[in-house]
Amino acid sequence: MTGEMEGPAPESRQRPAGRRNSQGIRIDPEVEAEREPRQAVISALVEHEPGVLAEVSGLFSRRQFNIESLTVGPTEDESRARMTIVVEEPDPGIEQVKKQLRKLVPAISVRELPADAMRRELALIKVDADRPDRVAAVADMYDATAVDACPETATYEITGSRRKIEAAIEAFSRFGVRELSRTGTTALARGSEFTAAERPIETQVHSPRITSPQPTADDD
Amino acid sequence: MSERATLPPETEEPGPEEGEPTDADGPTAVTNGAEAVVRALENAGVEYAFGVQGGAIMPVYDALYDSAIDHVTMAHEQGAAHAADAFGIVSGEPGVCMATSGPGATNLVTGIADADMDSDPMLALTGQVPTAFVGNDAFQETDTTGVTTPITKTNTFAADPDGVGTDVGEAFALAREGRPGPTLVDLPKDVTNAETDRDPGEPHVPDTYDVQTEADPEIVERAARRIEESSRPVLLLGGGVIKGAASEECRQFAIDHGIPVITTMPGTGAFPEDHELALEGAGMHGTGYANMAISLCDTLIGVGTRFDDRLTGGIETFAPDAEVIHVDIDPAEISKNIHAEYPLVGDAGTVIEQLDAAIEHPPEAAKWRAQCQQWKSEYPMRYDAPDDDPVKPQFVVEALDAATSDRAIVTTGVGQHQMWAWQFWTWTHPRTWVSSHGLGAMGYGLPAAIGARFAADDDQEVVCIDGDGSFLMTLQELSVAVRENLDITVAVLNNEYIGMVRQWQDAFFEGRHAASEYSWMPEFDKLAEAFGAEGFRIDEYDDVAETIEAALAYDGPSVIDVHIDPREDVYPMVPSGGDNSQFALSEDQL
Repeated sequence: MTGEMEGPAPESRQRPAGRRNSQGIRIDPEVEAEREPRQAVISALVEHEPGVLAEVSGLFSRRQFNIESLTVGPTEDESRARMTIVVEEPDPGIEQVKKQLRKLVPAISVRELPADAMRRELALIKVDADRPDRVAAVADMYDATAVDACPETATYEITGSRRKIEAAIEAFSRFGVRELSRTGTTALARGSEFTAAERPIETQVHSPRITSPQPTADDD
Repeated sequence: MSERATLPPETEEPGPEEGEPTDADGPTAVTNGAEAVVRALENAGVEYAFGVQGGAIMPVYDALYDSAIDHVTMAHEQGAAHAADAFGIVSGEPGVCMATSGPGATNLVTGIADADMDSDPMLALTGQVPTAFVGNDAFQETDTTGVTTPITKTNTFAADPDGVGTDVGEAFALAREGRPGPTLVDLPKDVTNAETDRDPGEPHVPDTYDVQTEADPEIVERAARRIEESSRPVLLLGGGVIKGAASEECRQFAIDHGIPVITTMPGTGAFPEDHELALEGAGMHGTGYANMAISLCDTLIGVGTRFDDRLTGGIETFAPDAEVIHVDIDPAEISKNIHAEYPLVGDAGTVIEQLDAAIEHPPEAAKWRAQCQQWKSEYPMRYDAPDDDPVKPQFVVEALDAATSDRAIVTTGVGQHQMWAWQFWTWTHPRTWVSSHGLGAMGYGLPAAIGARFAADDDQEVVCIDGDGSFLMTLQELSVAVRENLDITVAVLNNEYIGMVRQWQDAFFEGRHAASEYSWMPEFDKLAEAFGAEGFRIDEYDDVAETIEAALAYDGPSVIDVHIDPREDVYPMVPSGGDNSQFALSEDQL
């Protein structure tokens, strides 16, 4: 084939000294390690209109963001909905999640919640009711509320942190779990702090290098 | 999300009492949704729309019938989308394309995806079946907003006749503001037929849409210190420089501070390639000197670029000694692919001026500039053109460049011919290179030339440098060029191959030419004549200059079927994921 060009061959050229890691970060002693995934809770205030949930879930699948749960519901303002999204990504990925969410035109405000944010889940658990007194004792231990009972089954509602719900499920499992339904995490920031509020979208970008990883925390 | 929840109509919009026409020459009052759509386009200053008629969009076309907007009927909706895209690239204002529901809308998809990848401003209007039928799999029903969500900046299902004009105005404004991109409004037939007297007013973005134009001054200061201290700086100009109309600011910045300039493919024309600081394009088929410079620089100032994989090659070896100053209006581009030590979110021109003001002395880079010049002489962009070989495509590109003015516009398809056009044309002006970069959509060239022609000044030639495979995908649009008597010249670099695939098969698949060999092509000059265009043919070097001159002189569409050397390859080349400094100059270096 033709199309050859002139010039020094690859092996006789100057080579750069450095290298980047696969996350595009220049390798120096401080940052040599690839970043490990961590869990982040992201709260997004969005326009309450059709198609927004599809847009957000499509964004996560298209960009291969690792999502653990997504909950959505109305807010104090009927024209707005709040989405609470739990993702598990390395820091650069979490930065991308936030920035890509902010780009969606119906997204009004997007924020990663601090580690001490209030986080709650709800689970409905339907168990065999062969031994009602024992089931009730376990329910009592986890503040579970009975929502339905029949001679064969009992259904309880449990709310709380993910850890609490998982412990409750574990405890109930000895009675034989027939069905289980869980909601995923919903969350708000503590105190007078806004979770993700009506204000200009945060566009200031901070270098992921100076963002320290936040430990995940449960409330209870 | 509740289904089809609707917000109350935006009451702050000028109602008929405010927007009411006052004199006989002014616009007449809007009476239905379709007229509100057209009024929104008129209020946005739209002059042209490219599209194809069809059932569900008929009310909008009926309203267009009385409008001053010129509608260009294309042969295929893909052509409409590419024409609108190219119109947007050349004019800087969103190009408008229209199609009916179902197949009309799905045919637009390639063009919308192209605009999305290249951040080209474009507004697509699609007809939709009446609201009551939506979701029932009606005739020509497609979930158009569903299909286009991942490839539009934003899209809207217009559910309310009183809001449909505002929807269109907002979509137009959003296509243009901030980082441009394609937007779409899906228009159900009952909504466009419904009565409304709402004049949509001037187009504007929603109040919640916020764009940061000025970068954080503290990071600007740090970046300025870095530039002052650097000894091997490079300025990398991407498509965002052209989109942001910042070519002049960037040119002045580079010259004032003596910084060598590389352009990405969409950034082509942002810096004049005849200037000594120009290193031209880097990446897979960039120049050897640009790839050496980008690999060895110590400070990389990337402006309006998304560090695409065709530019970076392997991430690990991309500019590995450089601290990166990244200027972009889209925060999500910063540190997406390449980590930026100095993230500067803002408008390209504004941030470059901020940097310029903050820099106290230019970097001491005389040695580096000399090194870049040396690379220019070590790795010249040359090709052999022995007389007894078939015509070399690079020769044809250079001849076209020589025969046209500095501001001539070039559109291309995708493949080898696109790379030769990019490499061997000397680019000196922004908005003159019109191509499908990110999506790489073969068939882009001819409809893009049609759209570019409507946006270009009369004294700008419009040349489509196409490949035989690309041309064959959309050549029905020649009918439009003839009907509209558009002065465009198509040069088909014909090697009877899907040439880039053939080149990769030779390099990476042991020369097994699976489905890349056409072995036969129609006679494009005669085909052009059947359409009513002027046809030309080139077989030998002696024909080149004369034929090009005649084709350019022809007042109307002309097609030159250029029979080029079918064995010619594109070099230099960095294989996919490779190290830019290790570019191959020939197949045996791959």
